[in-house]
Amino acid sequence: MDGVMAKSTCFDLKQTPLRQVNQFLHHQVNPADSVTILNPDGAHNLAVGLDLPIAVEIHGHAGYYAAGMNKQARVIIHGNVGTGVAENMMSGRVQVKGFASASAGASAHGGLLVIDGDAGLRCGISLKGGDIVVGGSVGSFTAFMAQAGRIVVCGNAGDAIGDSLYEAVLYVRGEIKSLGADAQFEPMAEADYATVADLLDKAGFSHDPQEFKRIASAKQLYHWNVDANQEY
Amino acid sequence: MGPETQPTNQPIAREESAGYDRRIQNYIYNAAAHGLYEIRGLGAKRKLPHFDDLVFLGASMSRYPLEGYREKCVTKTVLGTRYASKPIELATPITIAGMSFGSLSANVKEALGLAATEIGTSTTTGDGGMTPEERKSSQTLVYQCLPSRYGFNPDDLRQADAIEIVVGQGAKPGGGGMLLGQKVNERVAGMRTLPEGVDQRSACRHPDWTGPDDLTIKIQELRELTDWEKPIYVKVGASRPYHDVKLAVQAGADVVVVDGMQGGTAATQSVFIEHVGIPTLAALRQAVEALAEMKMTGQVQLIISGGIRTGADVAKALAMGADAVSIGQGALFALGCNRDTYFQAGEHHSAVEDYAALGTAPGFCHHCHTGNCPVGITTQDPILEQRLEPAIAARHLRNYLQTLTMELTTIARAAGKQNVHHLEPEDLAALTLEAAAMARLPLAGTNWIPGW
Repeated sequence: MDGVMAKSTCFDLKQTPLRQVNQFLHHQVNPADSVTILNPDGAHNLAVGLDLPIAVEIHGHAGYYAAGMNKQARVIIHGNVGTGVAENMMSGRVQVKGFASASAGASAHGGLLVIDGDAGLRCGISLKGGDIVVGGSVGSFTAFMAQAGRIVVCGNAGDAIGDSLYEAVLYVRGEIKSLGADAQFEPMAEADYATVADLLDKAGFSHDPQEFKRIASAKQLYHWNVDANQEY
Repeated sequence: MGPETQPTNQPIAREESAGYDRRIQNYIYNAAAHGLYEIRGLGAKRKLPHFDDLVFLGASMSRYPLEGYREKCVTKTVLGTRYASKPIELATPITIAGMSFGSLSANVKEALGLAATEIGTSTTTGDGGMTPEERKSSQTLVYQCLPSRYGFNPDDLRQADAIEIVVGQGAKPGGGGMLLGQKVNERVAGMRTLPEGVDQRSACRHPDWTGPDDLTIKIQELRELTDWEKPIYVKVGASRPYHDVKLAVQAGADVVVVDGMQGGTAATQSVFIEHVGIPTLAALRQAVEALAEMKMTGQVQLIISGGIRTGADVAKALAMGADAVSIGQGALFALGCNRDTYFQAGEHHSAVEDYAALGTAPGFCHHCHTGNCPVGITTQDPILEQRLEPAIAARHLRNYLQTLTMELTTIARAAGKQNVHHLEPEDLAALTLEAAAMARLPLAGTNWIPGW
């Protein structure tokens, strides 16, 4: 690697098939390389399974599962994305300059997902340790069954946010339509303000952490039924 | 004559109710005392139309048998030929079903892998991710993508030999996994990103797709992620297999796995186990029909599971049109599930008292959910899990799988087949009206297929 310059490559999806682009991203890149993808035209499964610290920029809208299962790479989508952007991400950073559809960051174990615009239903569903920052608002069922990680929402949240949460923590700046089963508001502690400030900084937003509310699990669903052994 | 009309010398004062028999009475007393449904392991216990209700016709004047021991009978089975560049090649059509580390101990997962590898078949991960032990011990390992996505990660995906998207399982079509707190120890909790000791109820729906159209894209994502190398299976619990198989094929599956209602589980509500889903026999026939109508027979392989116990079951499943079978509970029994002894440090030890402590006895136990398995199979307890020694357990399972394969070839040769995959419905007859209707096979001694 020493002395080898990081290389830049550009693909036009109108010219090169998706499978070829993904296989290039899997096998023909080195750390610090950058790849630009033009004319995605809503293609699904773009830049999935990346496994090196490379930079990928997608100019246009992407379909389902953009940057799915990402590890280490930094991916920017200059457009909107379909369902499941950065689903099951392990590490790295994925940024959507536009809006994201359903299940953004689903089951992400690590890394940071930034959505500049709004996110649809089930943002951060089954989250397992990743962080998500949404510049706009989120739809209903945000963080459904989320197990670990943090979600920061700068706008409003729809119905049933935080339903069946485990240890994930949610911060919302705007209005919340309703809490899901077993979700509760909790007081913000110093550590929460620091967390929000840090995530906002990493995502490039400048809101005041004081404006955010914390939502976490009331842990009433952790065990099957507290009365289970009740005998008469 | 049904039992209700059988002559009895009981006086009318001692007449038992058919509707409110003592089993139902106990169920009601239990519900009244606890206010909570029963959770248990294994599969449906009720009697169902099954492979036992079919027989092979065997060779005769018009059919030419093969010599039972000498003549070749091929058992090789290839799965995933539709799109995968690296299909799975197995030495036998009998595979090991997905069972999680968490529900099973790491020793058991290792034993399953060792035995499967020796026989030349595949093992499958479960709702707890892939353990290093099972990857190391399994030559061919199928990696499940489940609704919960516990421990799911791209590195394990890349080191899997095939990928199985689990939509449902036969014990509980429409339900997610369940692992009660006593089994969620430090390692299990860590692999699943859960608090230790939590009563884990897995998701019943996938987090990032919601129907067959989405599934098409999800399958493509997994293919793109793994460079189109690995076969992709779709597993469904048997509820509407005719439609589900068609939708799975349409979505791009290489292999469809159909799990009938006799399929086991580590823990689920007993009402779910006994009352949701259809029998394996009925599900298999519908799945075969769906593939045939789509002209996908042989292109998309079909694996059937749910109560496959014997070589005869395997042979009947293949004759009805399955390409392979998957075994879960049978494998656990081979490891000593429900036995009165366990074999540790070179000798047998009685487990009877430990069964009694669970309120049960050898032969009846379904207390997998408690984590206190007396024979060290469905446990995370550091003492109990030592009751199963991987090398010994693997030998038992290898013997069992070998027996099934030998029984399978015995039947195939008797039916005049040089390849177990040449067994066909014409080789079978049904013993009961129910089995004849479900399997769409003639009642033995007649040409009658009820409802056809």
